Amino acid sequence: MSTTALEHSTLFRFATAGSVDDGKSTLVGRLLHDSKAILADTLDAVTRTSADRGFGGENGSTQKIDLALLTDGLRAEREQGITIDVAYRYFATDRRSFILADCPGHIQYTKNTVTGASTADAVVVLIDARKGVLEQTRRHLSVLRLLRVPNVIIAVNKIDLVDFSEEIFRAIESDVQAVAANIGLGDVVVIPVSALEGDNVVERSTHTPWYTGASLLDLLETLPTTDELERGLEPFRFPVQLVVRPQGALAPELSNADDAGASFRDYRAYAGQLASGGVSVGDAITVLPSGRTATVVGIDFAGRSLEQAVAPQSVSLRLSEEIDIARGDVIAATGTFGEVSQDLYAELCWLSTKPLREGSKVLIKHGSKTVQGLIRAVTGKLELESFEYQAASGLELNDIGTAQIRLASALPIEVYARHRRTGAFLVIDPQDGNTLAAGLVRDHPGDHEDERYSI
Amino acid sequence: MSTQITDTTIDLAEAAIGEQAAELNSLDLLESEAIHIIREVVAEFERPALLFSGGKDSVVMLHLATKAFWPGKVPFPVLHVDTGHNFPEVIDFRDRTVERLGLRLEVGSVQEFIDSGELSERADGTRNPLQTVPLLDAIAKNKFDAVFGGGRRDEDKARAKERILSLRDEFGQWDPRNQRPELWNLYNGRHTVGQHVRAFPISNWTELDIWRYIARENIELPGLYYAHDREVYERDGMWRAVGPVSEPRPDEEVIIKQVRYRTVGDMSCTGAVASNATTVHDVVREVAASTLTERGATRADDRISEAAMEDRKKDGYF
Repeated sequence: MSTTALEHSTLFRFATAGSVDDGKSTLVGRLLHDSKAILADTLDAVTRTSADRGFGGENGSTQKIDLALLTDGLRAEREQGITIDVAYRYFATDRRSFILADCPGHIQYTKNTVTGASTADAVVVLIDARKGVLEQTRRHLSVLRLLRVPNVIIAVNKIDLVDFSEEIFRAIESDVQAVAANIGLGDVVVIPVSALEGDNVVERSTHTPWYTGASLLDLLETLPTTDELERGLEPFRFPVQLVVRPQGALAPELSNADDAGASFRDYRAYAGQLASGGVSVGDAITVLPSGRTATVVGIDFAGRSLEQAVAPQSVSLRLSEEIDIARGDVIAATGTFGEVSQDLYAELCWLSTKPLREGSKVLIKHGSKTVQGLIRAVTGKLELESFEYQAASGLELNDIGTAQIRLASALPIEVYARHRRTGAFLVIDPQDGNTLAAGLVRDHPGDHEDERYSI
Repeated sequence: MSTQITDTTIDLAEAAIGEQAAELNSLDLLESEAIHIIREVVAEFERPALLFSGGKDSVVMLHLATKAFWPGKVPFPVLHVDTGHNFPEVIDFRDRTVERLGLRLEVGSVQEFIDSGELSERADGTRNPLQTVPLLDAIAKNKFDAVFGGGRRDEDKARAKERILSLRDEFGQWDPRNQRPELWNLYNGRHTVGQHVRAFPISNWTELDIWRYIARENIELPGLYYAHDREVYERDGMWRAVGPVSEPRPDEEVIIKQVRYRTVGDMSCTGAVASNATTVHDVVREVAASTLTERGATRADDRISEAAMEDRKKDGYF
C-alpha cells in the first residue's frame, strides 16, 4: 500500500451476515488474508494451529491454513465453538479503509444484524450454494430493508462445491431477486464466490467465466457510502451536543496570547456533528423544538473558520442571535422541518431479554436528547419470513414490531424512511440503563392504512 | 414551522455541497467520529477523566480533546497509572504536556501499592497486569464516572469485541457476553451508582491511522518513538533496553543499535524494533510496510497466552 494513495482514501463500513456453516468466517478470513491485513505473527500462530488440525498436509487439502481461525475470538467462543458478539475488523487497500462488523449468524441474529447494519454502508449476506435461499436469508434481507442499508451484496458461497455451475447460481440469483422485490428491497448484487478457494473474492475467477460482474472487493472499493448517497438529498440537521462558552477557561495558548484572550471572552458556539445535509455561513436556521430563528455567522473547527460543513463533520456553529439553545436541541435549515411531536409511532427492534409490554415507561434517546416515554400500544409484530404484520400486544427478544409511544416532551422526530439519523432512536430501560430496542420512526399510523410503508 | 422544502431547494443544496464533500478522507471521518464521542461523554457524565501515559494513542486522544473544546481548555483531568517501570523520557514528556495544556494530573502508583503490600511483584517482573488495582482505586477515589482510553479494536481480538462506551461494574469488570448493542451514533452511557464507563473514541483507528494523523497534525511524541541509538540486548526475539528493571543476563550480549519503540509501556516487558525511521514520515512508511502486529512485535506480556488481553480486561484493565 502506498502512503500517498492513503491521503485520498475514504472510509467504508460494511457488515457480514449469514446462517450457520455458510462459510462466513472463512470469507472474512479470506478478505483479510488476501488484502494482506494479516501480519506475519498472527499468520504464524494460525498456520501452526491449522497444521494441528490437518490443513496443508498431504491429504489433498489445497488450503495451507484454516482461514476461519483468523477471525477466532474470545476464549469462551473458542471453547464453545460459537461466536458471541459482533467483532470489528480493519483492513485497507489503496482506495479505501474498511471497517468490518463481523456479525455472528446463529445466536441473536436479529440483535447482531441490526447492530451491524445500523452503521453499515453495505452488508454482505452469505448463501450456501448447495442450500440456496433459506428462511434466515429472508429474515436477514427483511432487517436490511427495514434499516435501509444502501448496498446489499449477496455472496453465493461454496460455488466450487457445486462445480461452478451457472445453472445453480442463476436459480439462486432469481430466488434472491424475487425475495428482494417482494419485501421492497431495491437492487441487490449477487456474486458467486468460493471463500475457501478465493474465487471472485479479491480477483475475478477463471472458474466462473459466465459471471461478468465485479469481485467482492472491487464492489466494496467502489460502492458509494451512505453519506455520499444522502449528503445532497437530506436537509441540514445538527443536534447540539454542548454549548462552548469558555469564559475564563480558555485553552492556555489562547489565554497567554496578548489580546487573544479578550477576543474569546464572549465566545459562544454550539458544538455537534452534522447528522445530515450541509451548512454554510450566512444560512438561515431554525432551532427545534423552540422554533427560534437565526443566521449562521461562523463555522469553527479547532481554530479554523470554515465556509461550509457537511455531514458527518464535527464542528461548532456561531449564530447571529443570542437565543436560548441547550444540549438536545436540533439546529435545522429554516423551512425544511414539519412539526415537532410528542407522539411517536415507530418500528422497534427489540434487543433485550426483558420483554416489551404495553404501559411500560421507558427512556427515548434521540440525537443528543433523552426524554421519558410511555408505551401506549404495541400495534403489530413483523413476521420476517413474509414481511407482513400480525396482531401483537408485546415484543420479545429479537422481535420487530410497531408501537405508539407518548413522549414527556416534544422531539423533532422525522420519518426514518426519509431521514436515517433524525428518524432513529434508542429505547432505554430507566431502571438499569440498558438498551432495550432500536427505534425507527414511521409515519403516523393514521397516515397509511397499509402497514407496509414505502420509501 | 410547517413550510415544505421544495425540490429546487434540494437541488441547489446538493450542487453547493457536492464538491467539498468528496474531500473528507478517512482521517477526517475518524477524527469527526472521535470528537463526537468525546463531546457526548463530557456532556453526559459528571466526572470524566482521560487515561494519559504519554504513549502515542493517549497523546492522540488528548490532541482530539483539545480540538473538541476549542477555544476552551480540555474540561477534564488526566490520569496516569505509573508502573514505576516507565521510560524516564516518557514521564518527562507526560509532565511537560500536562503543564502546557494546564491540566490536572492524577497519578496511581503501582510502586506505592507494592510498598504497602497490597500488590506483590510478579515472578516475571512485568508490572502491566498490576496496573488494574491502582487504576480502579484512582477511579473510586476521584469518583470518576467515565474514563477515556486510547484502546483500539485492531490491537487485539478481545479489544475487537469492545464497545465504544463499555460499562464496568464496581470491580471494573468487562463482561463480553453481556454488552449493550451500539446502534447508529447513539451512545448509551447510563450507569448506576458504583458503575462507571470506559470510553474508547479511537476504537476504529488502526496503528497506521494513528501515525498518519500524528504526521498530518504535527503532534509531538516522546523521542523514543523515533529511531535512535540505544544499548540493547536480544531476548525472545525482541530488543530490550538496558536499564534498572531490564538488565541483561550474563549470556546476553549488549550492543548499541539503532532502534525505535512501537509501544511505550513497562520497560521490563516492552521491546524495541530495529529501525532507521527518524522522522514521522519514515515511521508512516515503516508501519505501512510492517509485517508484524504492534503488540506481537513489542509486548512480551501479550505473548504469554492467546487470551492474555482478554483475561486482563475482564479483571478491569484498560
